[in-house]
Amino acid sequence: MSDRPVLIHLEHVSKSFGNSLVLDDLDLTICKNEFVTLLGPSGCGKTTTLRIIGGFERPDSGRVIFQGEDITGVPANKRPINTVFQKYALFPHMTVEENVAFGLRIRKKSREYIREKIDYALKLVNLEGFEKRMPKSLSGGQQQRVAIARAIVNEPEVLLLDEPLGALDLKLRQEMQYELIRMKNELGITFIYVTHDQEEALTMSDNVVVMNQGYIQQEGSPQKIYDEPENAFVADFIGDSNIIRSTMVRDRLVNILGIEFECVDTGFGENRPVDVVIRPEDIVLAPEREGALNGEVTDVIFKGVHYEMCIMTGDFEWIVHSTRRSEPGSGVSISVDPFDIQIMNIPESEDEEAVKLDI
Amino acid sequence: MTSEKKGWGLSFPFILWSVGFTLIPLAVITRYAFTDPDGGLTLDNVLAMGNRINGQAFLVSLLVAFICTLLCVLLAYPMVMAIRRLNLSSSAFILIFLILPMWMNFILRILAWQMILSDNGILNHFLTILGLPKVFIANTWLAVIIGVTYDYFPYMMLPIYTAVSAIEKDITEAARDLGAGTLGVFTRVIFPLSLPGLFSGITMVFVPSMTSFAVADILGGGKTQLIGNIIEQEFMRSSEMNLGSGLSISLMIFMLITLPVTVGRSGKEEGSRDI
Amino acid sequence: MRDRAVNFITRFYLLLIFLFLYSPIAVLMVLSFNDSRSRVVWGGFTLKWYERMFTSPHITDALVTTLALAFFASLLAVLIGFPASFGICMLRRSGRSVMMTLVNIPLLDADIVTGISMMLFFMRFMELSFSSVLIAHTVFCIPYVILALMPRVEAVDWTPYESALDLGATQPYAFLRMVMPQLYSGIISGFFMSLTMSMDDFAITYFTKGAGVNTLSTMIYGEIRKGIKPELYALSTVIFMAVLILLLAVNVATRKKGGETGEGRAY
Repeated sequence: MSDRPVLIHLEHVSKSFGNSLVLDDLDLTICKNEFVTLLGPSGCGKTTTLRIIGGFERPDSGRVIFQGEDITGVPANKRPINTVFQKYALFPHMTVEENVAFGLRIRKKSREYIREKIDYALKLVNLEGFEKRMPKSLSGGQQQRVAIARAIVNEPEVLLLDEPLGALDLKLRQEMQYELIRMKNELGITFIYVTHDQEEALTMSDNVVVMNQGYIQQEGSPQKIYDEPENAFVADFIGDSNIIRSTMVRDRLVNILGIEFECVDTGFGENRPVDVVIRPEDIVLAPEREGALNGEVTDVIFKGVHYEMCIMTGDFEWIVHSTRRSEPGSGVSISVDPFDIQIMNIPESEDEEAVKLDI
Repeated sequence: MTSEKKGWGLSFPFILWSVGFTLIPLAVITRYAFTDPDGGLTLDNVLAMGNRINGQAFLVSLLVAFICTLLCVLLAYPMVMAIRRLNLSSSAFILIFLILPMWMNFILRILAWQMILSDNGILNHFLTILGLPKVFIANTWLAVIIGVTYDYFPYMMLPIYTAVSAIEKDITEAARDLGAGTLGVFTRVIFPLSLPGLFSGITMVFVPSMTSFAVADILGGGKTQLIGNIIEQEFMRSSEMNLGSGLSISLMIFMLITLPVTVGRSGKEEGSRDI
Repeated sequence: MRDRAVNFITRFYLLLIFLFLYSPIAVLMVLSFNDSRSRVVWGGFTLKWYERMFTSPHITDALVTTLALAFFASLLAVLIGFPASFGICMLRRSGRSVMMTLVNIPLLDADIVTGISMMLFFMRFMELSFSSVLIAHTVFCIPYVILALMPRVEAVDWTPYESALDLGATQPYAFLRMVMPQLYSGIISGFFMSLTMSMDDFAITYFTKGAGVNTLSTMIYGEIRKGIKPELYALSTVIFMAVLILLLAVNVATRKKGGETGEGRAY
């Protein structure tokens, strides 16, 4: 977590729609000036969480605390929070300028103030000169920028972004990621970002909240989430991984597929079953019999930066990334640096067990 | 260009039908309007709209049509908003709700209003039970207005409803997010976006309201004469074909002058008038 | 609290509109069970008007005319309007707007003007008869078919059609199997709107009908001074209930078939 002051606190928030429980006793703290990403597959409750913060949904139970005040019952139009909607939601009957001025006109700001703010906001999103255009005549990326400008002119304390880049193509998406980081730094406000794209989450965030089935699975910096996933769901959802049911022999020693590996984790007890995560790029390939585990290459795909290979050792299939190609059918040997072996507890509750099914 | 040709080809039966049974009849009525019974050219029939009796009926019709259209609008918007608020998203049910009354015979429906509104009718019966004074609106222009509004309300409601239900929830949420209250969301977002529907509603209600002679006949007790009643009598009672046509044409000319503003605007926003 | 109050008011308002639209219908239904011929006095409950509904040849003639008109006018309207909705969608802007004007004329004209102009036309070139009413009804039904179909035609997904051609289907076969299914609901709603408008019409029928041809509406209008036969209340009630049940059944069926989509844009 960060040392910044707390801005938003969701306390024991639950929400269901009909019979399905979307959020179950959720606790979440968001700090001032943070870029927080809610990450998870569709249906995990991330958008509902965002809508509760925005004031579009009221939780069935629990409270929303904003700067120390309970705002659970405050409607969206009275919150110092603005939203950038997934499908832009621009007002189709208004020009770009009128769209951006919408919130300011409602607050009855002076003409000069509004003029100044429009200029500033359109400059910030690189859309100077588009004032008189209608939303329909803009590209998806431009519409997205108008949506952002429309939200930030109101000087919100928090900007909520609901998969704002989802509808853009890959290249534009990458550009917008940098733009968003730049805007966030320039504005100095809190961004809460919802996405199912783990790359987006890792690129932009100060803090990532991985959610699944209405629960928070893990919370932390992108590095921590990537390097030290706390359970199999997070490990599997963030990037490719090899997840192997293994036995913790004792502190700093784990038995993976019958071979003992040194590792750096402690405190899992002795001879206890654990899950081990090893990232594909952390596996070191050596000629046959020179590494720890021997296997055979079954498949090779060229991925541009590296080759992705499938290697069978016994009946476990490894995914390995390497810049050097090994021929299918050839024998290789696998070894792993102790620092790259991540040990995780095996989930106990049924809910968490269910998560593992789609691995 | 082949698709253009194909387009005209497929439309051909319709074009033939329209020319034969819409445009030529309009030409025939125009010819009647500008001739006297002996076939000589004259403007008298068309200008007869200006005489005292016809002119008065015309002004009454205009007033009735204006009030009815306004009432339809004032009834329709709260209803559309109510549907939106209660999340009654099944447009099939709303369509059925509005169209079903049309399956009860039109003349009988108007007669039923006569029974409701008559001096010893159902409405007064209920008012007496409630201890309220009776109202005497049978055979007045007020009864005509109630009848016409009743008859044309669905034609106002449907296009407005279609336009409003096409507004995505995102858009109204965005307005709320930016600080607009319920009223602000309506005046700044929903109403402006419903305008194409409103315009087509107006064109579908205003024009027929001026001419619903059967409603005026039954509910107005012969005391409220709409321009439709006058035209009907010229044809069906006095057999004054030329005069009747003249009045019809001058009515059409009036509409052509006043309505293009609204029709033109609703035409621009395509697809707004699918009912 | 405030939310509840607003919800209550909205529900109450919908109830008022419901009363406005349906109270005349309720009145007629009640009258169909009234033993007295009077329109004001309740003379006790009876089913005799339902028994006598079909005994008067006068009424059965008008009923048959009304139903036949509605059915054949709607059928003709679909036969003419269906190709036209495709045709109009293929046209460029200028052609399209000309055609849309043509489509809209019968809707925008006062029905009295439409009726009279056709009456004059028929008197001159044909004669007033059943067919003249049929033609007139078809004229004002076509726009409803075209306006119901055009949005669907524009939204047709042509990829299944193209892949069917690619897989060796003939054009008519591919059209029938891949495009038509996307249009059935549009055709049905256009046909149903036509039926409704034809059944509901009075003015155009009034002017274009020949002597001796009567629909229920023109017959009742002609008999107002003589007094309305209570059998007609019974008949109208039966028609109304039949359509109500049919519509509800269709709606429930499509709902079950399509499943609850949340969007619910069923029509």
